[in-house]
Amino acid sequence: MTDLALHTPAPDRAQRRRFGARISPAFGYAFALPSFLLMLGVLLLPIALVIAMSFTDYELGATEFSFVGLENYATLTDDRGFWKALINTLYYVALVVPTSVVLGLLLAVLVNGLTHGRKFYQVAFFLPVTSTLIAMATVWKYLLHGTIGPVNHLLVALGLPSIEFFGDPNFVMPALAIIGIWALTGFNMVLFTSGLTAIPEELYEASAVDGIDSPLERFFTVTLPMLGPTTMFVVITTSITAFKVFDTVAVLTRGGPQGASDVLLYINYLEGFQYMRIGLASAITVVFLGIILILSLVQARIIERKVHY
Amino acid sequence: MSRVRSFLTRIGFGPGQIAMHLFLLVCAFAMVFPFYWMVLTAFRPSQEVFLPTFHWLPQEFVGFDNFRDAFAKAPLWRFMANGLIVCAGILVVQLLTAIPCAYALAKFEFRGRQALFALVLFGLCVPVQVPALPLYLGLAFTGTLDSYFSMMLPFFLSVFAIFLFRQVFRSFPDDIIHAARLDGMGEFEILWRIVVPSAKPAIAAFAVFSITAHWNDLYWPLVVVTSPELAPPPLGMMYFRDTDLGSSFGSLMAAATVLTAPLMILFLFAQRHFIRGITMTGVK
Repeated sequence: MTDLALHTPAPDRAQRRRFGARISPAFGYAFALPSFLLMLGVLLLPIALVIAMSFTDYELGATEFSFVGLENYATLTDDRGFWKALINTLYYVALVVPTSVVLGLLLAVLVNGLTHGRKFYQVAFFLPVTSTLIAMATVWKYLLHGTIGPVNHLLVALGLPSIEFFGDPNFVMPALAIIGIWALTGFNMVLFTSGLTAIPEELYEASAVDGIDSPLERFFTVTLPMLGPTTMFVVITTSITAFKVFDTVAVLTRGGPQGASDVLLYINYLEGFQYMRIGLASAITVVFLGIILILSLVQARIIERKVHY
Repeated sequence: MSRVRSFLTRIGFGPGQIAMHLFLLVCAFAMVFPFYWMVLTAFRPSQEVFLPTFHWLPQEFVGFDNFRDAFAKAPLWRFMANGLIVCAGILVVQLLTAIPCAYALAKFEFRGRQALFALVLFGLCVPVQVPALPLYLGLAFTGTLDSYFSMMLPFFLSVFAIFLFRQVFRSFPDDIIHAARLDGMGEFEILWRIVVPSAKPAIAAFAVFSITAHWNDLYWPLVVVTSPELAPPPLGMMYFRDTDLGSSFGSLMAAATVLTAPLMILFLFAQRHFIRGITMTGVK
């Protein structure tokens, strides 16, 4: 192909110079084609369809369906179950994000300040991230068990009343959040650690010259401001992950007790794949996509700013 | 006294460092405790689970009884083999499709390149739950639900891999590509024999990331798989919990230990790649 291009006297508009030779854009297209076809088939077309289906009353197995406009969305706004699931999800996010971010930052800063044993702590804190969450969720259910769980043994030993975490509507979301925090903190710690290593040593030296000696003061005047963009990035990434909570709910609580742990993706799963109300489930999916996209846009803004930093 | 103190500080065991170690050890204990408890329970007789008091070690040692029980009553090997097949299938197709696309985006000029890259960035934000319904319907209408293929399909495309490899390929020197062309190498050959080998660390990091994600994924297998013999580890664990065997904590924890072990071992051997995978992009 290159040889052929070399014989062409006038530069063809479709052909570009690249590295001194004329390379037909056909190579670019050929290399990108498999991925593009997959993108069309498993991403773009399905998203278009899910948006279209959210305006229909389609149910799996039905022979016909009709367009119902915004009816599915109207159903959702009137549906207390949907609002409850949305609020539960936000409650979960509100519990998981601050805790796992602050803890991740604290662990990263402390481990980074050590002379010995950094590797050991990093492995210990990162272990939950790689574990199979479903298997570990089963362990957690046992740990938090109302009568035989070690956590309740501890509570009783401290003279506190024991808590039936997964049977009490007030405690089921915090219990799920504990599992989420446990699973995410190590991940955030690694992100903060890479942010910390990017802070130039001279800044600490300069702060010492300015008379900032205590580690705490140094943390608030140098470390924290320099970690600003990293922190925002971690907050959004964690929010997106937390917003997608599904596994622990599906395995441990199935939305119970009394819908106290229904979350957005779980009711979406039930509507779509258990009750087969495709139209309504599509509408929930669109709402879900909208929220995720807003969070992602904020994240993209932060990454841009981080580059200019 | 003060000399001892300054000596300790110099070798990294001053009072401040000791306090940090103490705090971190408490945190590490809390993080690792679930793993400890899982393994402990797997080696305990089931009646001990219901003791009202807390014990650090089994009061009576039963060896591998719970593991034998778990393997006898649930096809744990099968679950893991399924996990392996699905992860391997996904990874191979991801690499074969993402690498050329990333190379095209990094080193070629063609119309629509920018639009394609914008689509990649958009794809990065979309979790699998969004295209799930139409994909499920498509699989249902073609009669391919409940198969290995159905479990792998949504993940054949990895926009994350495209994004990651594009970054890596962009820093590959153009001179080398040019020299290879002058030597008469074809474009395809240049990519796979010259550019790809230079990106091995990134490919390893991505492989570890992809295997972890799909070994642990519950959502999609739960949607498309109905036959227990096709279940990957998380779905297998879910079935296992729901059978009467699931009421025996000892065997349940033994099963959890077995299904968690492969990734733990992978992590301990490939830590570098895990950490690099995260720090390269910060995407989970």
